[in-house]
Amino acid sequence: MRYACLVYFDPKVVFGQSAEANAALSEVAAFDAKLRESGQLVMGVPLTLPGEAMTVRVRDGKMSATDGPFIETKEVLGGLTLIEARDLNEAVQIAAGIPLARLGAVEVRPLVDFSKPRPRL
Amino acid sequence: MTRLAARLALEESYRSESGRVRATLVRVLGSFEVAEEALHEAFAAAAEQWPRDGVPANPVAWLVSAGRFKTIDRWRREARLESVLSELAEQRGLVPEPDLPEPIADDELRLIFTCCHPALAPDARIAMTLRELGGLTTEEIARAYLVPAPTIAQRIVRAKARIREDSIPYEVPSPAALPARLESVLQVIYLIFNEGYAATAGPTLTRGDLCAEAIRLARLVVELVHEPEAEGLLALLLLHEARRVTRVDAAGDLVLLEDQDRARWDRAAIAEARGGIERALTAKRVGPFLLQAAIAELHTQAPSVADTDWTQIVALYDVLLRIDRSPIVALNRAVALGMRDGPEAGLEAVDSVLGGGALERYSFAHAARADMQRRLGRLEEARVSYRSALELTRQPAERRFLETRLAQVGHSG
Repeated sequence: MRYACLVYFDPKVVFGQSAEANAALSEVAAFDAKLRESGQLVMGVPLTLPGEAMTVRVRDGKMSATDGPFIETKEVLGGLTLIEARDLNEAVQIAAGIPLARLGAVEVRPLVDFSKPRPRL
Repeated sequence: MTRLAARLALEESYRSESGRVRATLVRVLGSFEVAEEALHEAFAAAAEQWPRDGVPANPVAWLVSAGRFKTIDRWRREARLESVLSELAEQRGLVPEPDLPEPIADDELRLIFTCCHPALAPDARIAMTLRELGGLTTEEIARAYLVPAPTIAQRIVRAKARIREDSIPYEVPSPAALPARLESVLQVIYLIFNEGYAATAGPTLTRGDLCAEAIRLARLVVELVHEPEAEGLLALLLLHEARRVTRVDAAGDLVLLEDQDRARWDRAAIAEARGGIERALTAKRVGPFLLQAAIAELHTQAPSVADTDWTQIVALYDVLLRIDRSPIVALNRAVALGMRDGPEAGLEAVDSVLGGGALERYSFAHAARADMQRRLGRLEEARVSYRSALELTRQPAERRFLETRLAQVGHSG
């Protein structure tokens, strides 16, 4: 099964130059390499800060674009790691190894299985 | 062709042996998390090497040593970067030994005692056993128990943290502690079987995978721990399993014991159960599982409900009630009494159990009462009891059965 590990953090913490933050940042590349070697990394998608973002909407066929992120929050989506894992618990275990999990939080979301019906809400 | 053969061998190993490989890796590496990672690395190495070098003579031993060496190798590399880690590794006694660790059957047993440790929450014991020994994924367990996957995942995460924090060892308990610890293991296996056998709210009444896994685990325990209660549990599960296909009809409706096609009961499973019961009875220590197995065995030997040895069954329930004073046992005894002495005595016994109050919300108690009243021709009372039973179950097949019965007594009163 594939899972997206969505990494959220407060940019002031991650890029605040603390020894702890710098240590975590320096480990990211090695962690990705280890996951790639074991065949569990599908894709790593690091994102720039929301200050670089544009948000686009289409209503009545017309596009409007605003600068900035969709939602303004202290903690932002900093990137995502797409992984291959046996099940949710293995995915959680892998997510716990993501160095930035020590500074922010990682949301683990299973990818949609299209063989199953869509949710009806 | 050899590549294909290697790939098939690998898939087969994964399906049938990953539980044993994981169990041994937990022992030699000392933690679930590390073992899980090592298992992954072992199968990744096999995927690379088996097609090239051929399938090893002993795939399980190969996978165990591959997982172990890969892990130690990684620790060494990490230790070179951080000397702290190397100290940790030495403290944990992870200095590589020259000889290979042999996977042994005991490892799965050690693991089941860890997964069913009394320090873990009962729900967590079930989830841990199914995942770590049964090889089921978190999502499969969640589907079987009709709960969201994160609920199961959380139970497993908490249980593993507990095992780590309390330093719960991976070992078969000492003979002195064995009976109490075994009780928890047998209870977990029984609950797994039960969930497969009688889904509390699922669309179908039986879920064979859980039943098959419970029987496999019970067999494993019997092979390694020669305890009469373990034999009793295995026999009980085999006897239920032997009758499982006749318990529901093609439409998914419940078939009562008296209407089941006894020719379709699995005689080989019944014979195996009988052998186990006879062996266990020689130990002269009877427990609740063994007694329930003995009762179930009497049912399978009888040619019909009418020709069942109800006297013997009531006597066995009397013994069971002395060990286990649960109202459920008392209710089953009352039903057997109704068969031995007739519905009037049965109704009196059921009413006395219901009078205790504990089974007021238990559908089957009201259904049993309704059945006695129906047999006595007291149809108005039977209707009230069937309606009470209906209000207390969500299981579709049980509901259909009770509705049919209600309709049968509905028009003549």
